Amino acid sequence: MSASTAADHHDDHDHPSDDPSVVAVAPEWTDGKRYAWLLGLVVPTIPFIAWGLAEASGLGFFWWFGPFFIFGVMPALDKLGGDDRSNPPESAIKWLENDHFYRWCTYLFIPLQLTATVFSAWMWSTGNLSVLESIGLALSLGVTNGIAIADAHELGHKREALEKWLAKIALAPTFYGHFFVEHNRGHHVRVSTPEDPASSRLGESFYEFLPRTVIGSLTSAWELEAKRFKRMGKSPVHINNDIVNAWLMSVVLFGTLLAVFGLSIAPYLLLQAVFGFSMLEVVNYIEHYGLKRQKKEDGRYERCQPSHSWNSNLVASNVFLYHLQRHSDHHAHPLRRYQALRHFDEAPELPAGYAGMIVLAYLPPIWNRVMDHRVVEHYDGDVAMANIHPRARKRIMKRWDRPSGGGSHGLAPAGHAG
Amino acid sequence: MAIYVCPECGFTYNEQTGIPREGFPPGTPFSEVPDDWSCPDCGVRDKVDFELASDAG
Repeated sequence: MSASTAADHHDDHDHPSDDPSVVAVAPEWTDGKRYAWLLGLVVPTIPFIAWGLAEASGLGFFWWFGPFFIFGVMPALDKLGGDDRSNPPESAIKWLENDHFYRWCTYLFIPLQLTATVFSAWMWSTGNLSVLESIGLALSLGVTNGIAIADAHELGHKREALEKWLAKIALAPTFYGHFFVEHNRGHHVRVSTPEDPASSRLGESFYEFLPRTVIGSLTSAWELEAKRFKRMGKSPVHINNDIVNAWLMSVVLFGTLLAVFGLSIAPYLLLQAVFGFSMLEVVNYIEHYGLKRQKKEDGRYERCQPSHSWNSNLVASNVFLYHLQRHSDHHAHPLRRYQALRHFDEAPELPAGYAGMIVLAYLPPIWNRVMDHRVVEHYDGDVAMANIHPRARKRIMKRWDRPSGGGSHGLAPAGHAG
Repeated sequence: MAIYVCPECGFTYNEQTGIPREGFPPGTPFSEVPDDWSCPDCGVRDKVDFELASDAG
């Protein structure tokens, strides 16, 4: 179980092995995380856990179990669980990818998530919860439906039609169906460039990033689909537009819930959706902060490398987010299934798991103190190589630009602003 | 009628069948696919990276 190196990574192909004719022999190697993936199914039951704890104890603050899980339980589990840098051997990858057990771990999330959404709507409608308790439940459900976007992310990258549809269903409760289009065809193409709305820049706070990524990703998704429909000579207002049909699922879901449980649940339904997609966006903020693909002489960006994503090998955060923190391998090989994603020694590493980093992202001065020097060190002190937020450029250059670094990489930082 | 393949994920562009979903009807030569078109499956490689896999027929 050795860590892969850049050499065996950069030029390899990664044709997914879903072909049933491929003989997938179970190898000697066993997957230590195999049953840990079932823990991911705890997330869609968070609203039920909140209810159970509140009922059993009579204490209303347990309705806030979701935020407590993210900001308390997960960082603690990351501390306890430690990190795991091991990779599956190459000979086991085909077998690992074809083992449907791992797929079911992602499929089962969705019925549980939808049940939790209906259950929460019912709870809000009973009138037995105080406003504060209802808000707590909305945030708890927001955690469920926010992490569901990580599940949708895994499924949406796959070729199977079933998995693509499941991805859209998982996105329905957060009204984030356009993510399905933008992530695969926008973000992955432009990742770690100033043009990508979902790649955060050095010196950009989470609160500046949030509106930029939410609005930028939405408009980019629509432009991508509009372009596709223009080539077909059709109007983009069409049921086959992946944004339109994904949003329609949200309309049906929200419409049904409001019709059955009443308009009084509307504010909570909205809150859980906003908190849910904000959780996805704070994770986006963490994943590529300050990292930049350089432009080649022909004007194209260099191909996405392990050095263009932040990673973490902490077991707990990885298990709850389907190895999302092995982000470098994901961007190099987006069709690779989560259980087969690898650690790379040369990829930049976060100082904590996602759960801990989310808390830092909410506190920009601390985030800057922890992360900015790491970005600069990643570029060997040459801050001009980083993806710098245009508004913060002066401040960043003043703080980090050292005369010894830079000048040799052929960039013209002064004229380069996103 | 040639077939081109994405060097990352193995997605194929067959000129004979085109990709109607992408707005390339059957018979569209690969040369008519815009240069900024990215692989629809992986998004890692662009049209100009695609490799000629078969030129028969």
